[in-house]
Amino acid sequence: MSKRSAPGPLEYLRRWQMQAWLAAVAIFLYAPLVALMAFSFNDSRRNIVWKGFTLKYYDKLFNDSALLEAFGNSLTIAAVSTVLSLFLGAAAALVLWRFRFPGKTALDGALALPIVVPEICMGVAMLVFFARVMPWPQGLPWPLNLGAIIIAHVSFSFPFVAVVVRARMASFNREMEEAARDLGAGEFRTIKDVILPHMAPSLVAGALLAFTLSLDDFVITFFTAGPDTVTFPVKVYSMVRFSVTPEVNAASTVLIVLTVLLTAAALKLQGDPAATAGHGAGDAK
Amino acid sequence: MSKPIITFENVSKRFGKMTAVDDVSLTIHEGEFFSLLGPSGCGKTTLLRMLAGFETPTEGRILIDGQDISNTPPNRRPVNMVFQSYAVFPHISVADNVAYGLVVDKVAKAERDRRVEEALELVQLGGLGHRKPDQLSGGQRQRVALARALVKRPRVLLLDEPLSALDAKLREQMRTELCTLQEKVGITFIMVTHDQDEALALATRCAVMSRGVLQQVATPNDLYEFPASRFVADFIGSVNLFEGVLAVDEPSHAVIRSPDLPVDIFLDHGVTGARGGAVWAAIRPEKIELHKKDGDAAPNLGDAPKGTNAVAGVIKHEAYLGGSSTYEVEIASGRRVKVQRSNLTRWDQEDFKLGETVWLCWHACSPAVLLS
Repeated sequence: MSKRSAPGPLEYLRRWQMQAWLAAVAIFLYAPLVALMAFSFNDSRRNIVWKGFTLKYYDKLFNDSALLEAFGNSLTIAAVSTVLSLFLGAAAALVLWRFRFPGKTALDGALALPIVVPEICMGVAMLVFFARVMPWPQGLPWPLNLGAIIIAHVSFSFPFVAVVVRARMASFNREMEEAARDLGAGEFRTIKDVILPHMAPSLVAGALLAFTLSLDDFVITFFTAGPDTVTFPVKVYSMVRFSVTPEVNAASTVLIVLTVLLTAAALKLQGDPAATAGHGAGDAK
Repeated sequence: MSKPIITFENVSKRFGKMTAVDDVSLTIHEGEFFSLLGPSGCGKTTLLRMLAGFETPTEGRILIDGQDISNTPPNRRPVNMVFQSYAVFPHISVADNVAYGLVVDKVAKAERDRRVEEALELVQLGGLGHRKPDQLSGGQRQRVALARALVKRPRVLLLDEPLSALDAKLREQMRTELCTLQEKVGITFIMVTHDQDEALALATRCAVMSRGVLQQVATPNDLYEFPASRFVADFIGSVNLFEGVLAVDEPSHAVIRSPDLPVDIFLDHGVTGARGGAVWAAIRPEKIELHKKDGDAAPNLGDAPKGTNAVAGVIKHEAYLGGSSTYEVEIASGRRVKVQRSNLTRWDQEDFKLGETVWLCWHACSPAVLLS
């Protein structure tokens, strides 16, 4: 047998140690998810032994009005808070990128606070805020009753949008802006024709980030949610308190599939792989 | 000369404590290919940006066609610019890039299409309108930037270091094309460059700037042969500067005595404006002749008295550049003199060897006398 040449210093993937390491990482990362999804099709009340394939827990899921309501709440909150975060985050990023003003450094730092402050602290802070400082009126019709949660979600997700958009703007060539002005465009026309198109990939990435952050947030929501404003993660948590039933598995599977689909769609829409670099910021949470 | 199109009236620009442009007054005429030349940080780009409207003068006025435009925003000025980075919009096609200025100006679609097509033909990009900028080479992107600016039929086209991002061969080709283009469209071009060759080759007139101050405004030929100051003489091309005093100053001839030279420099003209202080004789390397030294008799070119304009020295350094060779010759005072010699035949390079003792001599009309 002809021998292959020894792996070069940077050919990590040809070393068996590295391959084993990669395999281990993949297993520890994805095995629990795969197991969770697999057992949502298990024809058994217990989550331990495989009995046979069934879709009945999905059927149950889609007929569970409380769960569906929570799911609807989650989607609504995520959609609204994404739109608001996008506006606030992009505006903040633009201001920090474009202008010099007193207190800029302070604002820059303050913007990062919601990213670094522990979620539990944010949660308690929100609880105190909505209990003492600005109580959200009770008994409002849906979806106005979700206002408190939406405000809470916007407050922790718009800094992520700002960070992603700002990173993108750092690569903007100011001569583009001047070229548009030179060719006759006014200030707003320049923003629309030149700055926004450059920003677009980061807006998509930021929106995706804000949406998923909101959709799967548990801690902060838990402290702001009332009895009639239960979100999907909070609902799942309350189901788990009794026992981990296959319904929980099924619900989680739906959530995972939804997130993966959204991510894939966003990546495809963006087209620019470099622009997704900022998305990694979400993993730090 | 034709009528003035741009006038800078005592224009200064300060950024905080830094003065980028210092009291510049300058008139540029219709149809000129004007070049702003100077080392980086000399204020030439600031001057151009004030013309485009990206900076406003701290003092003074800028007039275009007699109208004060000092405070007009860039989108309302009859000038267009080709940026150093080209700044071609990456997200739209070449044709859309070129059409942008017309769309903003609400030019009707039929006319727009026709003018875009014309402009693309003009810069030899006909048929590439549907491409995206990332499918073009650097040189082609620059043509897009040119077409995009020219399609608006500006009064003046501004070019910010237009050739600096191109490789040497392409740069030379674009030089010729820029010249032809300017003749074809007849628009006044103003170009900023730090490359003296570029300025000399392209411009009909150049302004040399240093530390925000205009040093000299002249044709390329005058800049090179009749520099106004040591800075200009040294910045444009290569030069040997000899500091000295005027020993003789008659209307018909003058003599400069320099401690660096064992002989006098004889000039075939008088020096006007000299006040008896220090003067400098600037002699270009190609205007100094190399002669073999056989015997002690100095060669004489016939236009200067014996014992002037000729000095012996030893070749200390030589560089073969193909078309010419440059030598550094050390003379008695220890001073090294730069000499350039054209290689007129294929064996010329072998005429003079390193370490050889030679005569240097020059014509009485060759040195330029500088008073500052």
